[in-house]
Amino acid sequence: MQQIFNFIYKNSNRLLFLLLLGISLFLSIQSHSYHRSKLISSANFLSGGVYEKINNVSEYLNLRTQNDALAQENAKLRSLLFNAKDTSSIKKLDSLKGVNQNDIIVSKVIHNTFNTHENYLTINSGSLQGVKSDMGVINSLGIVGIIDNTSNNYATVISILNVKSQINAKLKKSNHFGSLTWDGKSTGFVQLTDVPRLASIRIGDTIVTGGQSVIFPENINIGTVSKRYYENETNYYKIDVKLFNDMTNLGHVYIIKSKNRDEIINLEKKKEKDE
Amino acid sequence: MNSALFVNIFRFIMLLAVQIIIFNNMNFLGFISPYPYILFIILYPVNSNKSGLLAASFFLGLCMDMFSNSGGFHTAACVILAYYRPYLFKFAFGLSYEYQTIKLNDVLTPERFTFLLLSVVIHHLILFTLEAFKFTLILDILLRTLLSSVFTLIICIIIIYLTKPNRR
Repeated sequence: MQQIFNFIYKNSNRLLFLLLLGISLFLSIQSHSYHRSKLISSANFLSGGVYEKINNVSEYLNLRTQNDALAQENAKLRSLLFNAKDTSSIKKLDSLKGVNQNDIIVSKVIHNTFNTHENYLTINSGSLQGVKSDMGVINSLGIVGIIDNTSNNYATVISILNVKSQINAKLKKSNHFGSLTWDGKSTGFVQLTDVPRLASIRIGDTIVTGGQSVIFPENINIGTVSKRYYENETNYYKIDVKLFNDMTNLGHVYIIKSKNRDEIINLEKKKEKDE
Repeated sequence: MNSALFVNIFRFIMLLAVQIIIFNNMNFLGFISPYPYILFIILYPVNSNKSGLLAASFFLGLCMDMFSNSGGFHTAACVILAYYRPYLFKFAFGLSYEYQTIKLNDVLTPERFTFLLLSVVIHHLILFTLEAFKFTLILDILLRTLLSSVFTLIICIIIIYLTKPNRR
């Protein structure tokens, strides 16, 4: 017994080191899985609060660009309004695409990273405002990411510039779909993989979100085709997509609440059980 | 002794704040960013308690991870750097080093530069390896380590020169 105590006392530094290293490696390895621990994320009270304060200051420096973006969005909405066919006629509800079934929460990006392989954003609305894990995040130009962790007033978002993110996307003109990933290289481009050979793809074609995702509604803009490769091993196309969004400069975002999501997931689970 | 404690707590908070507010937003060429917050571990008093340094480095790394959304990469890198700091001292200042006489916060000599360089490279290598977590990205890891180390080293030396206590 004496010897054990002696050993512990003599090697206390080494044991402390191994303990702390063990904890940190555990956290590192865990963070590479899709749903990360809630503790070490910038959605918690301390870091979220600090980032909000910092953002309050830095926002002033970006007021001009934000104003420009809002003015452009206004102009676009106005042109839609003036070009509407007949405002007195009863509008047909577009229930097929499910647009009206989505509530939208307006939020603001308070922290943004884009220099690592796994990038996250922090936004200033959380579970009190109705934000939950796995909701879609978009802005006026296109998609931004998917909600990861939430706390009471903050949430982290898995950016589309994250090698872990995978989003269903399709060609706007032909409905051929693939999955949208990022190779970790350039912040302006993401990759659309597994597009069938049959699809006719031209440079400049628009890529939008596909209907298979329960996170995003169909037909939300992503970007345009900038390059395409034909992969010999898989017989599928791989496309470099130039994003509409400038992911290094994000202000206000919209979070999409899909009411049908739980229903669809339950239905699919039921089907799996039956099989 | 107490004043040393306060100096260290002040340094901890200041370096963390400067890192989060300024240096985390510096993305030179899109992926090179400096991490001069490790100056806390480098400048920690040489002759003080080792477990204290380990615990402080752990919390320093944990705070960094919390603010940069990076799991436990900074924590692991900081703890390893803190543990191997005495060996680096031995390597850089020779076997006959006397703890009391080493002062890092001073004019740059080749020994001090060696120590700084080794600390920065070790920290960055561990950090970027854990961040990428794939052996196929080894070239990317080495490139990031090299470029970011140079960047961090320059900023560390500038900070040391700006904050060194001036004697006449």
